[in-house]
Amino acid sequence: MTQSEMAAPVTPRNEVGAEAVIVAKDVNKWYDNGFHVLKGVSMNVYKGEVVVVMGPSGSGKSTFIRTFNALEPYQEGSIEIDGVLIANDLKDIEAVRREVGMVFQQFNLFPHLTVLQNVTLAPIWVRRWPKAKAEEIAMRLLDRVGIAEQAYKFPGQMSGGQQQRVAIARSLAMQPKVMLFDEPTSALDPEMVREVLDVMRNLAKDGMTMVCVTHEVGFAREVADRVVLMDGGVLVEENTPDEFFSNPKEERSQAFLSQIL
Amino acid sequence: MTTTSSRPIERGAPRVQKTGPIAWSQKHLFNSAFNSVLTVVLIGILAYAAYSTLVWGFTQAPWGVVTENFAQFMVGLYPSAFYWRAWAIFAMVLALAGLSWGILARNQKKIFTVPVLIGFGVAALLLIALPMTRPYLAYSLGSLALLAGGAVAGQSLGRQYPKAATLISGGWFISYFAVLYLLGGNTFTNSLFYLVVIQAGLGILVGWQLAARVGVPAVTKWLGKLGLLAIGFVLGYYVLGNLLYPILGGLPYTVFLGIAAALGIALGLLLVVVFTAPETVHSVGKVVLFLSGFAIVFGLLGWLPQLLGLDFGLTTVRTNSWGGLTLTLFLAISGIALCFPAGVLLALGRRSKLPLIRAFSVTYIELVRGVPLISILFMGQVLIPLFLPEGMRPDPVVRAIIGLTIFSSAYLAENVRAGLQAVPQGQSEAAQSLGLNKPLTMSLIVLPQALKTAIPAIVGQFISLFQDTTLLGIVGLLELLGMTRNLLASPKYLGDFAPAYVFIGAIYWVFCYGMSYGSRRVEEALNTDLR
Repeated sequence: MTQSEMAAPVTPRNEVGAEAVIVAKDVNKWYDNGFHVLKGVSMNVYKGEVVVVMGPSGSGKSTFIRTFNALEPYQEGSIEIDGVLIANDLKDIEAVRREVGMVFQQFNLFPHLTVLQNVTLAPIWVRRWPKAKAEEIAMRLLDRVGIAEQAYKFPGQMSGGQQQRVAIARSLAMQPKVMLFDEPTSALDPEMVREVLDVMRNLAKDGMTMVCVTHEVGFAREVADRVVLMDGGVLVEENTPDEFFSNPKEERSQAFLSQIL
Repeated sequence: MTTTSSRPIERGAPRVQKTGPIAWSQKHLFNSAFNSVLTVVLIGILAYAAYSTLVWGFTQAPWGVVTENFAQFMVGLYPSAFYWRAWAIFAMVLALAGLSWGILARNQKKIFTVPVLIGFGVAALLLIALPMTRPYLAYSLGSLALLAGGAVAGQSLGRQYPKAATLISGGWFISYFAVLYLLGGNTFTNSLFYLVVIQAGLGILVGWQLAARVGVPAVTKWLGKLGLLAIGFVLGYYVLGNLLYPILGGLPYTVFLGIAAALGIALGLLLVVVFTAPETVHSVGKVVLFLSGFAIVFGLLGWLPQLLGLDFGLTTVRTNSWGGLTLTLFLAISGIALCFPAGVLLALGRRSKLPLIRAFSVTYIELVRGVPLISILFMGQVLIPLFLPEGMRPDPVVRAIIGLTIFSSAYLAENVRAGLQAVPQGQSEAAQSLGLNKPLTMSLIVLPQALKTAIPAIVGQFISLFQDTTLLGIVGLLELLGMTRNLLASPKYLGDFAPAYVFIGAIYWVFCYGMSYGSRRVEEALNTDLR
């Protein structure tokens, strides 16, 4: 893929001088089988911003946000999280992971731990907080996502929506600078999507920096500061949600929107 | 039964037709002419078999071989003057078992439910009624009382102290060494066996704590490097030398000193490399810290009794007089306790990204799994004494435990690996995305789930290890089967195979079923889904 085919240059955020939390420059990634999954993707995410990443399946959007906490390595380009370059240094990667929360499509709660233990695990073992402090903060977070009364249940005893809310609380417990959401509602029954989106909406309202891979158009319209379309490993379009959904610049975006709207 | 759609579905348990024994047997045993005939014939055969067994058991079987040698079945050729030591072990284990039982059942209202009481009653009746236990009635009933008393005490302990469960596991850990001491007596001066085990245990603890708590600083100044070299040399020369002395002591002293010095230099260089290298070898540094902590404690403890000229405590009973069920249990428990961590490490090694470690694990596992256990045991019992001169051979019991461990750990590694593979990738991804490093992810998230899945296979391996101890009877140890064969070889009991084998078969069954039952209970307790 040549330079000219690459995505439009990054549009700086409206607020002048806003600090970039994620700076991804020309990121290239090949899978082990040689498939070129990310073809020179660049994107900045600024503090307090909510970026929604959309795109057809196989477009590399999940892979892209998974490079932000080094769950996926990349081969060329650079990604800096809050000024720390993600490269091969294990210490840097661990430092980045402490500051980046991630919510998965399949929740990935720890089934052998109670809800409260799920949330306090990382603060106790990584942040080295005393148990009492970790539990107090965890209970506050569980309260915030509306499941404080289920703190002593195991994940296997809860509905998908509840599990996903626990997963959000678990990530928030580390007090991350940025939250990544990898299709957080795709594995949920329709009636549970709303409870999870509500939590995410509140989170955005509180000023959390968020990058969400999602197909929830309503959520993107309402909450996102910016919508990004990826296709074939390339960032096709970056736009404001209003512009993106009503008047997309790129032909590829129009085709995509005509399929999902 | 039909339910019309207009009627609301009734909640509660599904309806079951109540059946009496007659209705049940009509439905299941006599539901056709052919089945009725089959039932009658089979009941006849079973009744005849049961009758013959009972007749044999009560009138014909020469139980004398069991009743007259009960003590030998239990403790082998252990000197009868020291039987009290075996009783002390038995009492200690039962008391601990009672305490653990009570602690585990701390949230139950009543421990002594009707089935438990019936169990106790049957056990007491058997102890009183069976001729072989009658001479030891006071001891055995007392031990039973200890079990019950321990349970009561354990329950109230468990309710009062939340840490009681941790304490009791520590109690079991210590009890192992107490058993060793009681069985072997004062082996400080006579054998390094007991000492070596304690040294190793304490060394592991100290090394672990060191590795967990102390950071690995990077040493860059040349003076620091020289210091590291010196520390490594002293550690290697004295500590590793001391460690290896029981094995290499037979060599000429100068040769031995040369080997110790070489070890010292090697360790010194290793220290320098690890502590001056960049941060990427952080985990290697932890390993070195662990090893040096281990080595210091191991070495110091090895010297201490020699320095103090210690000679106290119980009379030594050498392992060649250990035997019977006691030896069987000692071998099995030691083997299980050692092969479990070894198996887990091998399983992790086989999945490691480091090629050297992976190659070692694969080679070990495939090599050991390709060799029958009996050949490993023969190698330990027969070949090692042939190759090594007197004084350098490890104790036969130690050799047996090592053989069992080598063998079982390879199989266990595969069981654990299967469990590891059953843990979804998302689990470690979630843990890593929270900032947990690899060791924490493995020990807090992946391993607990993997081991839970692997419990049935792991316990199966434990059971077969327990049964494999019988092979040691063939290579000359007087464990339960070896002791039985020994007794049956005497002219007095010529041909009395059946009662003896029925008796030890029952003993093996009780222990194996116990393990199996225990594993099912553990599985139930760990099942966190839809509870």
